[in-house]
Amino acid sequence: MPCVGDWLNSPLSIVQGIFAQNAPNSDWEKKVTEYFKEKLKENNATNWVPSLNDVPVHYLKPNSLVKFRCMVQDMFDPEFYMGVYETVDPNTNARVLHFGKYRDVAECGPQQEIDLNSSQTVTSERQTFYCVPVPGESAWVKEISFLTEPVQARVSPSTSYTPSRHKRSYEEDEDMDLHPSKQKEQHMSKSCCCGGDIHGCVEPKRLETEASAGHHVISPNCSPPLDLNFPLPGEKGPACRVKVYESWESFKVNDVLEVFGVLSVDPVLSIVNSEERDSSSLDPMECMDTAEEQRVHSPPASLVPRIHVILAQKLQHINPLLPACLNEEESKTCEFVSNFMSELSPVRAELLGFLTHALLGDSLAAEYLILHLISTVYGRRDVLPLGKFTVNLSGCPRSSAFTEHLYRLIQQLVPASYHLRMSIESMNHSRFIPHKDYAANRLVSGLLQLASNTSLVIDETQLEQGQLDTAGVHNVTALGNLITWQKVDYDFNYHRMEFPCNINVLITSEGRSLLPSDCQVHLQPQIIPPNMEEYMSSLLTAVLPSVLNKFRIYLSLLRLLDYSISDEVTKAVEEDFVEMRKNNPESVTADDLHKMLLVARFLSLSAGQTTLSRERWLRAKQLEALRKARLQQQQCVNGNEL
Amino acid sequence: MSSPASTPSRRRGKRGRGSNPPTPQDARSPPSQKRRTDDSTSTGDLQPMPTSPPADAQSPGAADALFSSPPQFRHSAIPLDFDISSPLTYGTPSSRVEGTPRSGARGTPVRQRPDLGSVRKARQVDLHSDGMAEDIVATEQSLGQKLVIWGTDVNVASCKEKFQRFLQRFIDPLDKEDEDIGLDLNEPRYMQRLQEINMIGEPFLNVNCDHLRSFDENLYRQLICYPQEVIPTFDMAANEIFFDRYPDSILEHQIQVRPYNALKTRNMRNLNPEDIDQLITISGMVIRSSQLIPEMQEAFFRCQVCAFTTRVEIDRGRIAEPTVCKNCNTTHSMALIHNRSMFSDKQMIKLQESPEDMPAGQTPHTVALYAHNDLVDKVQPGDRVNVTGIYRAVPIRINPRVSSVKSVYRTHIDVIHYRKTDSKRLHGVDEETEQKRFTEERVELLKELSKKADIYERLALALAPSIYEHEDIKKGILLQLFGGSRKDFTHTGRGNFRAEINILLCGDPGTSKSQLLQYVYNLVPRGQYTSGKGSSAVGLTAYVMKDPETRQLVLQTGALVLSDNGICCIDEFDKMNESTRSVLHEVMEQQTLSIAKAGIICQLNARTSILAAANPIESQWNPKKTTIENIQLPHTLLSRFDLIFLMLDPRDEAYDRRLARHLVSLYYQSEEKMEEEYMDMAVLRDYIAYARSYVNPRLGEEAGQALIEAYVDMRKIGSGRGMVSAYPRQLESLIRLAEAHAKVRFSDKVETIDVEEAKRLHREALKQSATDPKTGIVDISILTTGMSATARKRKEELAQALRKLIQSKGKSPSLKYQQLLDDLRAQSDTAVTKEMFEEALRALADEDFLTVTGKTVRLL
Repeated sequence: MPCVGDWLNSPLSIVQGIFAQNAPNSDWEKKVTEYFKEKLKENNATNWVPSLNDVPVHYLKPNSLVKFRCMVQDMFDPEFYMGVYETVDPNTNARVLHFGKYRDVAECGPQQEIDLNSSQTVTSERQTFYCVPVPGESAWVKEISFLTEPVQARVSPSTSYTPSRHKRSYEEDEDMDLHPSKQKEQHMSKSCCCGGDIHGCVEPKRLETEASAGHHVISPNCSPPLDLNFPLPGEKGPACRVKVYESWESFKVNDVLEVFGVLSVDPVLSIVNSEERDSSSLDPMECMDTAEEQRVHSPPASLVPRIHVILAQKLQHINPLLPACLNEEESKTCEFVSNFMSELSPVRAELLGFLTHALLGDSLAAEYLILHLISTVYGRRDVLPLGKFTVNLSGCPRSSAFTEHLYRLIQQLVPASYHLRMSIESMNHSRFIPHKDYAANRLVSGLLQLASNTSLVIDETQLEQGQLDTAGVHNVTALGNLITWQKVDYDFNYHRMEFPCNINVLITSEGRSLLPSDCQVHLQPQIIPPNMEEYMSSLLTAVLPSVLNKFRIYLSLLRLLDYSISDEVTKAVEEDFVEMRKNNPESVTADDLHKMLLVARFLSLSAGQTTLSRERWLRAKQLEALRKARLQQQQCVNGNEL
Repeated sequence: MSSPASTPSRRRGKRGRGSNPPTPQDARSPPSQKRRTDDSTSTGDLQPMPTSPPADAQSPGAADALFSSPPQFRHSAIPLDFDISSPLTYGTPSSRVEGTPRSGARGTPVRQRPDLGSVRKARQVDLHSDGMAEDIVATEQSLGQKLVIWGTDVNVASCKEKFQRFLQRFIDPLDKEDEDIGLDLNEPRYMQRLQEINMIGEPFLNVNCDHLRSFDENLYRQLICYPQEVIPTFDMAANEIFFDRYPDSILEHQIQVRPYNALKTRNMRNLNPEDIDQLITISGMVIRSSQLIPEMQEAFFRCQVCAFTTRVEIDRGRIAEPTVCKNCNTTHSMALIHNRSMFSDKQMIKLQESPEDMPAGQTPHTVALYAHNDLVDKVQPGDRVNVTGIYRAVPIRINPRVSSVKSVYRTHIDVIHYRKTDSKRLHGVDEETEQKRFTEERVELLKELSKKADIYERLALALAPSIYEHEDIKKGILLQLFGGSRKDFTHTGRGNFRAEINILLCGDPGTSKSQLLQYVYNLVPRGQYTSGKGSSAVGLTAYVMKDPETRQLVLQTGALVLSDNGICCIDEFDKMNESTRSVLHEVMEQQTLSIAKAGIICQLNARTSILAAANPIESQWNPKKTTIENIQLPHTLLSRFDLIFLMLDPRDEAYDRRLARHLVSLYYQSEEKMEEEYMDMAVLRDYIAYARSYVNPRLGEEAGQALIEAYVDMRKIGSGRGMVSAYPRQLESLIRLAEAHAKVRFSDKVETIDVEEAKRLHREALKQSATDPKTGIVDISILTTGMSATARKRKEELAQALRKLIQSKGKSPSLKYQQLLDDLRAQSDTAVTKEMFEEALRALADEDFLTVTGKTVRLL
């Protein structure tokens, strides 16, 4: 390995060095973060750090530097730990200072003892987050971020495994990565139809596949399997206890983070558990926590590794094709953005064409789908979220698994998504709202605990008549709240807490959806392909990978742009509104104006324009008029049929 | 008796002196160290204390003279007679020696205080410093005669003396607490408390730290920083005074002092390593409590060979079982006798920070509490409590045989005092006064605001700024948020008068009614939001549930009860079914809710304001119909709303223009910019909370006159046209609105301007909702009887016309229905619908003029 130094393989020794230099005063901590910040700034340095998202835990060397792209699922209580401690050699009385930061276990040599009463001891505080991989992360995100990493970084960390084994696993990893969507589908369809105990039915299956592929991420003898608390059923990947040392107040639940830190999989941590459990009968002080709580809060390190964070940053998006941070005044990102902007319109045209085909030749619906895909909640006015654009795609053909295939295409475009198939069964039995389990003292996740900008595709076409029970009603209400207010009320048993969210909801249905939506587009298929499966897959293969990547960049990038409306256009819109109402006050309400402004906003952004122009406004009006006309026409048709 | 193991931070910061232990201690520590390093060593040479009181030389008098310290700290003087680490050594001197000579405490047993952590202190790790910490031997000879407990600046004698002075002298006539029933505030408060203890026999003395601080700042500081050392001193002081005064008093055990309200009540999130081993008060909600855990304090062993008995204290939860009988030297002959061992009660409680303290977007923190002895089972899950206790951190040992230690500490709080914050809800009307305390600056700010002339408009503007215009509706909701004054007429038999203002919003769909409701729900602390479609009568009121585990019947309260003292927002009011709506009749006027279900009969308070939104039946508001016809709600219910607003889409160019500009701005302004323009939601919330709890306006003379005039005027309007246009209910509404408006101004008196605004708003609402669509005249009877007076008149006229028609037909006893209708239509100059015709027939049938059978009409 060229340029990869000790800081990658044994960051703790670097820390030790800095600590030794500055020991007594406390600014060694600052120096450590600065050191690593500098190191990671270097050319492509971040790519050298192995990622826990791609590399199985057991291939990573303990105490090496790793990165992890994750969502904060829960926040545990702060911990007090020994920031600095002193060891004594009972024989020689020699005293040595150690640092406890970035460590789970206070280390000391075989001949030494820790002096707990030393005056040098410094107690510090750190916060533990329970992090899971970004829920619903698309396969291509994993794939691309995986490929951008040099192979050495992946293979190098562990020395205890033979190289041949590495090679094999590498191929297998590739294999797995090529078809994960398919597997996932299976998992999800399975879990959705059997609803209920999501993890119960998925876990064995997962164990099976993992085991057959030669992975032992989850030890099969661990019974019953630990619920890793993923929001979505069928998720994979390591869940992590991430220990944060600085400014943890700035992080929130459901934030997407990228952390760089020291991996701690010390088997001692797992031993602690068993020991503790064994001795608990003896020691009443230690067994005050319930067994569940212990299970959840100190799971085996091989299953839930710990990361001691050196650097952490919130991610605006998880698209690996884009620079991580767009706000920075870096020439590189500026260049990237301006380069892409210059070729924006052909990309848009191509994307429109692609989606038009996907929507069976309906270009209006495709237009609206683009607007939907780049929508994001950009602000809140007291309770009103601004910028959400929930589209209800009605008139979807019920048979031929159209919605299924449509979702697969969307999945190829957006970084994170989830396909929610509504059925009486799934409504009644799934857990949508996260709730607090006080026995285990954790937030049990639910389907609606999603990171910002996740695409939630709700499929209503499969919904049959039937009776919703209490849970079902709660779930539907939660969905409604999510769509209308962009918030989810987490259930804390004694009270509820509101968590604002930013989720793009697309509802596919036959008639008008029972869920609220911002705009209903009735699909008018121009072609009905005899074999939907073939049609859709040929559509996808027809697109060059480079073009597909451009689509992905397009959708992620435009979402992050700013937008404004000039005074002049404001005036024009005003005039227009007054004019429209003059002719027929019934036809245009404030609500309609809201919608038109939304459409205009996203229409402008989709063309890369950050201000509203008159032409766009007119185009938005035109689109809305077309959509409405189609709805009315549909109503007439229905009326005739009746 | 500190436990240095649990004071990691203090070792360094506050107890800097500890780094260089004075040699005398070092010399003394080996014996204890040896004993503790080896767990299995018998402690047989240590005498269990309570049974073997040491010499009389330990009387405090003597001790004070010598060491100015309580004897139990003096084990250095009586080497190994005590086990230094024993929790039992802990206690007041009088108890240790079975009472001080000069007090009557002899015979009153001491109760150990595990809450002060005496159990935990004996960790192996404290070793040499352990001995030092407990010795209060003179370390600071340089300071002259001043002797302090090692590691602190606490001088026991002076501390005790100061506390005694505090008990004897502290008077604060101004500070009134709810427990102060029967206290003479001009007498020393705590002496009365001691008297109470003598009478009631509950040997706990609760001391408000705030009092202590105002009395002696330094003593207070010592208490906060060294609770482990200071509280026992307080115990001693209290007991001495008590038994001095009441020598014959018999208590279960000696008095224990329980300080509470330390510093300010702190948020759990602010706890940091600095707080370890200090006295803290935090607030939160109990989420889980463990079973009662009997914790062995002292094991009792008997030799099975020679029946020799011995006691062993528990060290770190482990019993060091004696391997050899000291009497007969038989090995492994000692057996544990459970019945004679000593146990204390213990309970683990999880406390979660209260939802109000939590920053948005984070999950709540929890902290473990250990409750001991009689504090066990004092709180249940769900209780809101203020806990005073000592914050502890204990290292987690990976394995007793391995020297490495997990570098994390386990933290908990040893509870000394609980104070339930919501227990007060049971008595007293306005419990929110207590719950929401305002800082002085905040109150200043609010008062400053209230002086502004346009405060009413300002507040109305700040309410739901995203909803455009509808100013009068916002004003109405604002007044609803403030509410009227509560009046109690129980003694005259009418019970409570409703102070809450109910508002109904009706109008076209899509006029942001739901948004207003959602805003209000988010604004008020105790708001509930339900939808008419989704809620049943049960969900609104209360239901009885059988607990699956205990098979107990549990009363679960619904939205209306939960929003007691708050606002219940009901969306889609019109979609609510009849039986559900009927529940509201009682709530909206009597403000109570009666339940008779599954053997539970009760009346719950539901002093809630109702903010409801209803859509017109025909989905679009029909301006040609009355309110009742449009929303199809029973007028009995409608008349219970103080204000009924129509939220219609105004068709007016200027309005459209403003609306468009407003909306456009929403779509590009950044969030910060929007915030600036309007009053902060938090300020608004505080303003309302403050006014609700501290301002209670009464009607002034002038205002009373103005109200009377207003009412008389209202009635006059109608009487001119032969109808009643106002009822007493409207007068009550006016009074409430006027009171609420006075509250907005923070005024204690309702003045004419308040009445003027109430009148204006009431008229506005009426104008919108009670205008007869046929005549354009405001007619209250639309709301009270469901029909406008003109409509009634017209109905009568039609009946008369029909009667005439039939009479003109001559003698024929029966007529064809259709024929008659056609004739009537031909005759009448206005359009006669079938319904109107049938109504007229019915009216005539009521007069016994005719009967209708099928398609024929018979004369009688």
